[in-house]
Amino acid sequence: MSSSSQVTESWISSFCGLLGHEYFAEVSEDFIEDDFNLTGLQSQVPMYKEALEMILDVEPEDDEEEEDEDEEDEEDDEILGDERPTGYRRASDRRHLRIASDLSVIESSAELLYGLIHQRYITSRPGIQQMAEKYELQHFGTCPRVYCNSCKVLPVGLNDSPGHETVKLFCPSCLDVYTPPNSRFQTVDGAFFGTTFPSLFFMTFTDLDIGGGVRSNPSSAADALLAIQAANREAKAGNNTTPANVTSINGVAPHNLAPGLGPGNIYEPRIYGFRVSERARSGPRMKWLRMKPADVTELDETRRYWEDRGEDGDRPDDDDLNMVDVADGKAVDRRKKIVGRTRRRANGNAGGSPMDTNGVGAAG
Amino acid sequence: MDDFNSDTDSDYTSYWRDWFISSRGNEYFCEIDEEYLTDRFNLTGLNTEVQYYQYALDLVTDVFDFDCDDDMREQIEKSARHLYGLVHARYIVTTRGLAKMLEKFKKSDFGKCPRVMCESQPLLPMGQSDVPNTSPVKLYCARCEDLYNPKSSRHAVIDGAYFGTSFHNILFQVYPAMLPAKSQRRYEPRVFGFRVHAAAALARWQAEEREKLKERLRGERIETGFEEEDEELEEEEEDEEMEGDGFEGAVVQQ
Ligand SMILES: [Zn+2]
Ligand SMILES: [Zn+2]
Repeated sequence: MSSSSQVTESWISSFCGLLGHEYFAEVSEDFIEDDFNLTGLQSQVPMYKEALEMILDVEPEDDEEEEDEDEEDEEDDEILGDERPTGYRRASDRRHLRIASDLSVIESSAELLYGLIHQRYITSRPGIQQMAEKYELQHFGTCPRVYCNSCKVLPVGLNDSPGHETVKLFCPSCLDVYTPPNSRFQTVDGAFFGTTFPSLFFMTFTDLDIGGGVRSNPSSAADALLAIQAANREAKAGNNTTPANVTSINGVAPHNLAPGLGPGNIYEPRIYGFRVSERARSGPRMKWLRMKPADVTELDETRRYWEDRGEDGDRPDDDDLNMVDVADGKAVDRRKKIVGRTRRRANGNAGGSPMDTNGVGAAG
Repeated sequence: MDDFNSDTDSDYTSYWRDWFISSRGNEYFCEIDEEYLTDRFNLTGLNTEVQYYQYALDLVTDVFDFDCDDDMREQIEKSARHLYGLVHARYIVTTRGLAKMLEKFKKSDFGKCPRVMCESQPLLPMGQSDVPNTSPVKLYCARCEDLYNPKSSRHAVIDGAYFGTSFHNILFQVYPAMLPAKSQRRYEPRVFGFRVHAAAALARWQAEEREKLKERLRGERIETGFEEEDEELEEEEEDEEMEGDGFEGAVVQQ
């Protein structure tokens, strides 16, 4: 509260430096100062203005001054510029108005507001880029599942509105979500990361080898041996039959489509070396959860659907139909046509409709 | 092999074993009965697996009485821990050992499944090999039937062979009531509310595999083991899906 002219750590840096806040990116002031990015948040955050000022390390204005046109203008300057001519001039008058309880309300509002801005920021270009750097540095940890071979994970929310669930971790190798290993993350709201971020991340950085480094860097010789044995079994059983020229299935490169799933990556329960039969009461029931077809082009439902029908009446253009890309004449840039739809949804959902965005649900 | 009725524990003060199972990092081990340890039959073959076997055994059973230097003492100490682990793998598949491990399982001494949909299902320790020094201990979740790495690095260095490949499966054969109901609920990756097409297509394919399994089981009149409410969740809300590579445009918000 004292002189803000001192060079101190910004509110944002100190927030991100707190224990348990390791997953957060530092949202740029530019992003926060663009009103468009804050659309709809005012109604979600108590003491919004004060919270926003706190996040931006701006000295608060007196309430009475709000009607004053000049002051409003100056306030804008203050937020946009480095100079803060009016902000702390009256700091001493204000000090007695801000009692401690008031401050703690503002502090928690600021954290909520920052979290909600953060949810939007990490799906913006600079934000997703910042998260990519944190991902590379393994700030979010790795998948605890043995067959995912320490695949790097990303934070995710199971809900886009705050107060429902704490932050979870999404693994692109098994397409599943996990509770962070350390209990300090169990106070972090999942909505501050949102339901969209991790999937958008892997759609954006399609060149990442998500299972990468794994095969070449097994944790022990024994694991390597197990991997080789699994690969041999796989080869014998003809378990990887995806045509070699397929470069994309449903928009994902085959080697990036859930690399931790499928033959060789499913636990086979045994007792004294003998497999436990699925007909035993305690026999396996969940292998489907970790299965993947040996030939991933089996997952091209659109083509299968039209092929099964045989007739051509309503068949869409081949370009729209093709969910499998092969090396020759690679079909790309289906991008543009989705952009409009996506953006509309992005803004429409900003208010946080849990119905639309809840990432958890029943699958068929 | 072992006598379930005799409770010899109370007749002895097991200093070394007390110390061992209460040391930090050894939380996965249960205490092996004195009686089990002193029955040579149970230790068959271990004398060639463990250096300074007799001294190590004496140490574990608190009859160690050998004057030696610190280096030697340390060697024997290390052997004793290895011996304890190897005997442990055998002990925990006996009636008494299973009962002890079941108690630890109920208290979640081995941790809980990190998978969100498993809703904190308690785990069991297991090895991917029965041969010592092959791979470290893993944790088995009976709800998703998958294997996980221990959270703590002090557990990640324990030899998996001290638990073995069979114990966790035997436990559920012996105590079928401990089997959790299987769940079909799963995470659905979404972008701006839309299901991600690649993941959704895979999930539908997996669901078909699951239905085939259920049909096989019903054909044999075997319980499927799935949660009842799951059956109702099956019909699928149809909403639009996004293609995998269609998203560059969404990233231009700012
Ligand atoms: Zn995983
Ligand atoms: Zn589980």
